[in-house]
Amino acid sequence: MEHSVISASNFNAWFGDNHAVKDVSIKIEKNQVIAVMGPSGCGKTTFLRCINRMHELVPGARTEGTLKLYTDDIYTMNPIYVRYKIGMVFQRPNPFPNLSIYDNVVAGYKLNGLKIPKAEMDHIVEKSLTSAALWNEVKDSLHKKGTFLSGGQQQRLCIARAIAMEPEVILFDEPTSALDPISTSSIEALFHELKANYTLIIVTHNMQQAARVSDKTAFFYLGELVEFDNTRQMFTAPKDKRTQNYITGRFS
Amino acid sequence: MKHKRLDLSYSQLRWETVFKRILWIMSAILLVLVIGILATLIVQSMPSIKSLGIKFLWGKIWDPVNNIYGAYPFLIGTILTSFTALIISIPFSYAIAIYLGEYNPKGWLSNLLKNTIELIAAVPSVIYGFWGLSVLVPIIRVFEAKIGVAPYGVGVFTSSLVLAVMIIPYAASLGTSLIRMVPSPLKEGAYALGATRFEVIRSVILPYTRSGLFAGILLSLGRALGETMAVAMLIGNTSAIAHSIKDAFFGPGNTMASVIANEFTEADHTVYLSALIELGLVLFVVTVIINLIGKKIIMSYTNN
Amino acid sequence: MDARLKVRNTKSIIFKSVIVFLAFVITIPLIIILLYIIKQGVTQVNWHFLTHVPAPVGETGGGISNALVGSIIIVALSSIIAIPVGILAGIYLSENANTRLAYYSGLCVDILQGVPSIVVGMVVYFWVVKPLGTFSALSGSVALAIMMLPIVIRSTEQTLKLLPDSLKEAALSLGVPYHRVILKIIVPCGFAGILSGIMLSVARIIGETAPLLFTAFGNPYLSAAITKPMQSLPLLIFNYATSPYDEWHNLAWGASFILLMFVLLLNIFTKLITRKWNIQL
Repeated sequence: MEHSVISASNFNAWFGDNHAVKDVSIKIEKNQVIAVMGPSGCGKTTFLRCINRMHELVPGARTEGTLKLYTDDIYTMNPIYVRYKIGMVFQRPNPFPNLSIYDNVVAGYKLNGLKIPKAEMDHIVEKSLTSAALWNEVKDSLHKKGTFLSGGQQQRLCIARAIAMEPEVILFDEPTSALDPISTSSIEALFHELKANYTLIIVTHNMQQAARVSDKTAFFYLGELVEFDNTRQMFTAPKDKRTQNYITGRFS
Repeated sequence: MKHKRLDLSYSQLRWETVFKRILWIMSAILLVLVIGILATLIVQSMPSIKSLGIKFLWGKIWDPVNNIYGAYPFLIGTILTSFTALIISIPFSYAIAIYLGEYNPKGWLSNLLKNTIELIAAVPSVIYGFWGLSVLVPIIRVFEAKIGVAPYGVGVFTSSLVLAVMIIPYAASLGTSLIRMVPSPLKEGAYALGATRFEVIRSVILPYTRSGLFAGILLSLGRALGETMAVAMLIGNTSAIAHSIKDAFFGPGNTMASVIANEFTEADHTVYLSALIELGLVLFVVTVIINLIGKKIIMSYTNN
Repeated sequence: MDARLKVRNTKSIIFKSVIVFLAFVITIPLIIILLYIIKQGVTQVNWHFLTHVPAPVGETGGGISNALVGSIIIVALSSIIAIPVGILAGIYLSENANTRLAYYSGLCVDILQGVPSIVVGMVVYFWVVKPLGTFSALSGSVALAIMMLPIVIRSTEQTLKLLPDSLKEAALSLGVPYHRVILKIIVPCGFAGILSGIMLSVARIIGETAPLLFTAFGNPYLSAAITKPMQSLPLLIFNYATSPYDEWHNLAWGASFILLMFVLLLNIFTKLITRKWNIQL
């Protein structure tokens, strides 16, 4: 049997005294799009940030339980290596304003001081931008600053930046909530293509988006993982009362 | 290549810790610096504190030749110069703050005035002193002859005039930003009731910013107390106590800072040097307290 | 009723006139001082003035090369000491705003900002001059570095605090270690703000005299030895301005003019940078 890419068992996370993620156990399989949804403050973003160990950067943050990348315990690995293997795209597009588009894409290499031959670097840039469906739009302005792009383009640049590191998993923290509908649909279209090579975990508070893009959906409520199932199953016949209430809009 | 990348990042982890440690140390250096300054002043003042005791502060005579040290002339000189300068400067600082904060917060004219006021703070104090010595002192001398006091030219009054100009920017710039922070609903409420601009300033803006403007004055006062060069060049350097109030005001004197500047390198024995350092200690403690109170007020102001 | 309104309006107008008058009248002394120094100083300045040491009393000619070189060396040395410490401490304060150390360090920055410069000179006398047994440019630089620190720290801290957290997170999520995130992303993004803070602090210390009186001390000859006494522009102005000789006064005017130009240029550059990058200091 093939191992799951990401698996959590009895995983907990705190902010100081705030128990943000409670006893979460989940198995996420390769090359799928997983939507994580739930009302705000339900711990979905915290859980996401635990997966690539960004959570621990907040003062007072603490975790318990195990979280694995394949068979390796994420919390005994080098956090830097974890973040190589698990990329992340944020709510607001955040290209580095001091770097060109080209340098933004290979930022993960350059900022780490890794010397890579120019030809290989060019190849990584083209491949990543192509995968992020941005190559045609920016191939003539690679040495301009990334901040001149539109919001949707900036977000795709951030996706290219994550792809360039050849991660196993890419985490998305409400990646379209700061974007207009057209940019949103282009990013959503991208998810379908990316899942051939990567496993995507997408936090969203937009149920329609979860329904549109994901293979499986996890529903978080008050820090607990209430339900995790095939998306269609979840939206047509949820097993838990709380899930049903949420998707029918009975609480927000 | 993958392997090499991994290897590198483990060594980076060590650097991460080292870097955080360095940041911590650099920040801790500041504590060491301030405690070190205070400790040095206290330790070096010990000979004077031991041999002169607390009466040093109100001893009226400063006569190093006969080994008599009293700080009273300098305390009086410092207070007189600083407060005179402060009183002269307040109307101007307030006017600038009200003009830039309320009447004309934007536009080229306001920018020009703002930059000019900042320039006042940028001109080195020794240049003010030199200009005062060459230009202002002869004028004051004529003025003093006219009003019937001994025409020294140099003295407390002259220093205060120059000092007043020098300290205006501190209270003015703080006041400007505080007045700009007055919420416009408050002002609009008063305008809606038919208040004139003057009435809004008097009964809404000034009460709202009162403590902040006071903090600005404290910052100006802190500057005035510690200002050395311009005062040392213009005050006339006399450690004797004046016989009349008129003389004390128009005649030469000395401040704590100016006497240190003038006599530190001449102090030829332990108690003399130590007495000067004790003056520095008093100056340090007083300015620190004044500044911290000022900052505290500003903090409570900006947090609300 | 109408008459009362008139009185109130008149009051308002009079008040405004007084405010405008007071606000602008204070620029007059500054303008007079600047014009006077330019008038007195500009005629002194020529190549000879910049490249020769002061002539002894009674001789004409001479220049301020010793003070010019001295000021540059002392300020450069102070910058070498203060800039790295200031930037790193500023980074600490912006990154760890809520720690106990940050609270007390911040307090110390406030204290340092208000310390009278003469006190700094006195303390550095005991820290550097006495142990070395001689007045020196180095001790002057230490004193000026202490004066620079709070400005560099505060401008770094405030600039970096304005940068969005998302930048740091983006870099960290790429597996970039913390020190590289700070040095390669955060500091370059806040570069303009930090630079303008540095220029402001240089503008501030280049005219400082009091901390140098008991440290760099002054030197009538050209010297580049940092362990020996050294002349600087403000020291030269002070010493020659308070001397009774007209030739020396002229040298002091020339030196004042040069010093003023340095300060003005630094301030203008700072303004240009802050305007170009839209920084609030």
